Amino acid sequence: MPLVVLGIESTAHTFGVGIAREDGKILANINSTYIPIHGGILPREAARHHANVAHKIILKALEKADIRLEEIDGIAVALGPGLGPCLRVGAFIARILALSYDKPLIPVNHAVAHVEIARLTVCARDPLFVYVSGGNTQIVAYSQGRYRVFGETLDIPIGNFFDTLARELGLPQPGTPQIEKLAIKGKNIIDLPYIVKGQDVSYSGLLTAILRKFKEDVCLEDLCLSAMEYAYAMLAEVVERALAHTQKRELVLAGGVARSKRLQEIMQCVAEEHDAIFKVVPDEYAGDNGAMIAWTGVLCLKSGITIQPEESVIRQRWRIDEVDVPWMQ
Amino acid sequence: MDAIRCEVLAKGAEAIIYKEVWYGFVVIRKVRIPKRYRDPRLDRILRVKRTINEARLLYDARRLGVSVPAIIDVSIENTTIIMEYIEGIRLRDKLNSMRIEEVAKTMRKVGVLVGTLHNNGIIHGDLTTSNMIISKSGNIFLIDFGLGMHSDDLEDIGVDLHVFLRALESTHTHVASICFRQFLKGYKEVMGEDMMKKAVNKVYEIRARGRYVPPELRK
Repeated sequence: MPLVVLGIESTAHTFGVGIAREDGKILANINSTYIPIHGGILPREAARHHANVAHKIILKALEKADIRLEEIDGIAVALGPGLGPCLRVGAFIARILALSYDKPLIPVNHAVAHVEIARLTVCARDPLFVYVSGGNTQIVAYSQGRYRVFGETLDIPIGNFFDTLARELGLPQPGTPQIEKLAIKGKNIIDLPYIVKGQDVSYSGLLTAILRKFKEDVCLEDLCLSAMEYAYAMLAEVVERALAHTQKRELVLAGGVARSKRLQEIMQCVAEEHDAIFKVVPDEYAGDNGAMIAWTGVLCLKSGITIQPEESVIRQRWRIDEVDVPWMQ
Repeated sequence: MDAIRCEVLAKGAEAIIYKEVWYGFVVIRKVRIPKRYRDPRLDRILRVKRTINEARLLYDARRLGVSVPAIIDVSIENTTIIMEYIEGIRLRDKLNSMRIEEVAKTMRKVGVLVGTLHNNGIIHGDLTTSNMIISKSGNIFLIDFGLGMHSDDLEDIGVDLHVFLRALESTHTHVASICFRQFLKGYKEVMGEDMMKKAVNKVYEIRARGRYVPPELRK
């Protein structure tokens, strides 16, 4: 019988449950996202949402996969990185399931899960990943036992940059598609700070500069166009550096911001210039989801990575390059 | 112009480097090429800015006695710089095969060069071993100032060092800490102990600012 793992995601605004089978088949991927009425995510509000929907989501996932908890081989959970109160909900539920059904508990790093679900769903072998979301902006690739970081943001993530910008401009959340929609109507590029430092980018200065321009009555569409073009061009430049440096032959776009059509276009160009094959994670696996935790749980379980419930503490700042990935060898 | 022999020496992320012979002189022609993935207007702004920037910084660095290629000609219109050809090997390709004493000596020299730049308000902007050429006589030349700037702000100095340390860690993993320690010795000779310490503390501060920080750097 092939292994089947149930995975729980609750690092930020999404509570998700996925069920994945050893052969790479995703049997279920049920998610519920907390959307604040106004402003950004309040961690405690999000955690309350997760606790409220957890029961329903788990049952739905089991029903979708047509499987009983008794038949599951392991319970995987994202222990970090993420928001403390949110992480605690997922960890709590995972511990209870593991203990009451006597299943191994599998610790999964949320960032590793994003790149692994991308690798699975686009059939990549050993790519350079551009992992872009509301909480992360990292360029990572496998080297010597771990995923290593070959470039990242020095301050705010790109998704956070767009979300904050959208909020300040009076647009709804999430920000990336909103900014992109207005950018299409933009005509002029405004002079803004373009900040690339070695292999890294910085978005906080760009954000400040745009908000200052907004107060100066610059055309909103031009502002969005410029924000998008600057932010993506900066990212493209460091991706290009990382591709040249690592010599990887595949480029994979992962994370929630991977849904951006303009970013896909840009990354396609970058890949072509370096004779790399370009692939994008499918939409349903781009944002935070339970399936990615379940699938990474399968990989971990096969490599013998489990954790005792009493040791399964959450890790808010658990970096991708702190995690051994023995299945990549 | 006749009697020009030309070959592509390297194709970098933002420029094509040609090696040419001009009437017996070997020169480098660095042409910043348009990027298809950038909005054409933004692309033009960036290429022009960086060409001017690099030419200015190369000139200033040379006046300080830091070994960099001499500028021969600049064309803003064609986003092109023509400069002296430095015969040697990129440090990136040589470092991993060097004996450890040689690595130490080389890194100290790099420290003196970067210290001299920082001490005079120049930030290189992309310090990696790919941007250092070691000549036959063992001299180190710094190249590629396209991301550089004039600044004596401690923040900019810190980021410059952070970028260098990161490059060492990813490219020369096993000798990175030795390299950085030796680099700091040379750096201290120019900057003085006090400024060196301030700059290193800034590097740690910058690293701790990232959203997710490795445990050894957490305060």
